[in-house]
Amino acid sequence: MYRALTVSLALALGCVSAARADIVLADLSYRTGPYANNGIPSSDGFNDYITLLNERDGGIEGEKIRVVPCEFGYNTQKGVECYDKMKAAGALSIQPLSTGVTYGIIPKSMADGIPVLTTGYGRTSAADGEVFSTIFNPPANYWQAADAQIRFIKEQEGSLRGKKIALVYHNSPYGKEPIPTLEALARREGFELQFYPIDHPGAEQAADWDKLKAAAPDWVLLWGWGVMNPTALREARRVKFPIDHIIGVWWSANETDVKSIGRRANGYKAVNFHAVGTEFRIYNDMNEYVYFAGKARGEADNLGTVLYNRGILTAILVTEAARTAMKIHGTTKLTPQMMRDGFENLNITEERMAEIGMEGFVPPFSLSCANHGGSGRVTVNEWDARLRGWRQIADYYEPDMSIIGPMIKADADKFAKENGIKRRKCR
Amino acid sequence: MSPVFLNTLEVILNGLMAGVMYSLVALGFVLIYKASGIFNYAQGVMALFAALTLVGLQTGQVPFSHLINAIFGTEVHHFGWELPALVAIVLTLGVMVIFAILVERLVLRHLVGQEPIILFMATIGLAYFMEGFGDLMWGSDIKKLDVGLPSGGSFWLEDVTRGWAAEGADYYGMYIDLLDVWAAIVATILVVSLTLFSQYTKTGRALRAVADDHQAALSVGIDLRTIWVITWAIAGFVALVAGVMWGAKSGVQFSLSLIALKALPVLMLGGFTSIPGAIVGGLIIGVGEKLFEYAIGPMLGGATENWFAYVLALLFLVFRPQGLFGEKIIERV
Repeated sequence: MYRALTVSLALALGCVSAARADIVLADLSYRTGPYANNGIPSSDGFNDYITLLNERDGGIEGEKIRVVPCEFGYNTQKGVECYDKMKAAGALSIQPLSTGVTYGIIPKSMADGIPVLTTGYGRTSAADGEVFSTIFNPPANYWQAADAQIRFIKEQEGSLRGKKIALVYHNSPYGKEPIPTLEALARREGFELQFYPIDHPGAEQAADWDKLKAAAPDWVLLWGWGVMNPTALREARRVKFPIDHIIGVWWSANETDVKSIGRRANGYKAVNFHAVGTEFRIYNDMNEYVYFAGKARGEADNLGTVLYNRGILTAILVTEAARTAMKIHGTTKLTPQMMRDGFENLNITEERMAEIGMEGFVPPFSLSCANHGGSGRVTVNEWDARLRGWRQIADYYEPDMSIIGPMIKADADKFAKENGIKRRKCR
Repeated sequence: MSPVFLNTLEVILNGLMAGVMYSLVALGFVLIYKASGIFNYAQGVMALFAALTLVGLQTGQVPFSHLINAIFGTEVHHFGWELPALVAIVLTLGVMVIFAILVERLVLRHLVGQEPIILFMATIGLAYFMEGFGDLMWGSDIKKLDVGLPSGGSFWLEDVTRGWAAEGADYYGMYIDLLDVWAAIVATILVVSLTLFSQYTKTGRALRAVADDHQAALSVGIDLRTIWVITWAIAGFVALVAGVMWGAKSGVQFSLSLIALKALPVLMLGGFTSIPGAIVGGLIIGVGEKLFEYAIGPMLGGATENWFAYVLALLFLVFRPQGLFGEKIIERV
């Protein structure tokens, strides 16, 4: 009798545990709205990598992963609401996929202890782990992107003294992020900086480019999103600004943006912090366990694109953080606080990336209590319209932390003061 | 002539061209408002839906393919054929007529006699429904639209205007996108056709009668429902034209639906009931916002185009509340 009862109880518990996934991850996505074209491949890449781990490995250390989606249409208010839903669903980490939403949820995340991962976006000074204890923005941030853009231009020009560089940017928190770094670099290097804010969504830029034509800058930095990117390139052609003197940030470097204007985009450049394409071993497993098994989240057209691969990178970072957390705490039953420890001890080595099947995909980096931003290494790619793909044309630049480091600390201190946060001491 | 003057002239010309594009959207609003007193919030989304349908038909895309594949585990995306632009346009027009019939049957018919605000709210619902429906039917990736219209700059204009600049001046000539010129031609044809249609055809006169007084029109035997279907079908046609022009310019994608926001100041300025008003209003807004951004924008930190259009429209409203060409409404107590 007792035995039967025990077996029944064990089975019941087993059923409950089978029904309840132990690793819950949030997928804030925008499959609708003005930026759906960008949101879909990012989310697909993230979901497909998680599917691969579940199908091939049975999850992480035997724990299945469950992705909880929350559609926010790139609407900041809805995105912030998604955070509360994800928290209620028991998410171990949040990837907001929007700088505006990141700003909105930073105080909540720090109060709740739920880690937030912003892969190449969000608040730049979150790299300061002594203040932003739960926010992580590896492997590179916007200030490092701006630094790499200027470094590349300097290599082409020899000296920047007397040169004119224009920033054409999305008039939003995201677009304004590089301004402090560019201003500091302009002071140091002696170049003139011009600003051209473009209102959402950015389908009308004629007058801005007419102004730009009159101001005749030598180079243009493009900090756009969605329809703003192809429109800017089209307008550049209209005012006869050389396309090969435009350098975008990594969110202005999506294949669909450049493909839609055809050969005219040839020579356009953009910085990036990871590789593109499908020439990684992991795609063999992806084919077997995800695509050919009919378990892919979306269409196959996006495989290997900039945003799809970035989605995979985000999934790799989250799942590697979970693995690290399990090792640190000696358990597979994770809490958000344990997950935060996992992020803080994340070590992405070349060997580990090779084991995953993504050798050379991203430069190695590690995070720590003080450094939540990673290595900050950024490269420059060029669009080849004939091949319809990106070509890497520079090595990965080491960021100039002599300028960026103090700025990160100053901005983090400002945030700490405004929010009554005491800077923690990292050993 | 100095390059500064020539650049300013180019800004004005580009403003006029942009204004024509705004007018194309505003026309759809005016048509429906004139015939039914409804401010159709869904006009921008109708332009997006029409353009999506046109590209989908032209390229042989299977509608709802994502949904079909997800349910049945298939991998169907394309029919394997491509249609000539003209055939695809005619078929899209058919889809827009079906859409008009459905709007009348499923929405308007049930709201006869309701307050205008209720009808307005219904069009908001319609807009959101169509956004999702369009995405589901054709996908949300950016689509390239090519109906054979010429685009790019005119070398002839560049060469001619380069000669206007002073000797040795750093000036490369004026650039006007040929697509914008075609949009202006199409808009002119559209306005003339619509005016002739409403003035000289039986249906056109019926539309005007309904616009003047629903009850009186009903009393002389005009079928209100048929008129509504015709009105929405014509608005669908105008949306298709706007969608083609805007889609050819910046690709067919979600932000097309936001062009409705550009039409609002045009309507405020030109009046909600005047077809010529939509055109003149569009031109004033187009030139006004571009010139302001070019000349004053740098002093204000830029990004003035979106809000300046509304300021300009509000300034006009202070002096002419009915808009430039709108009908003055005097209600006696």
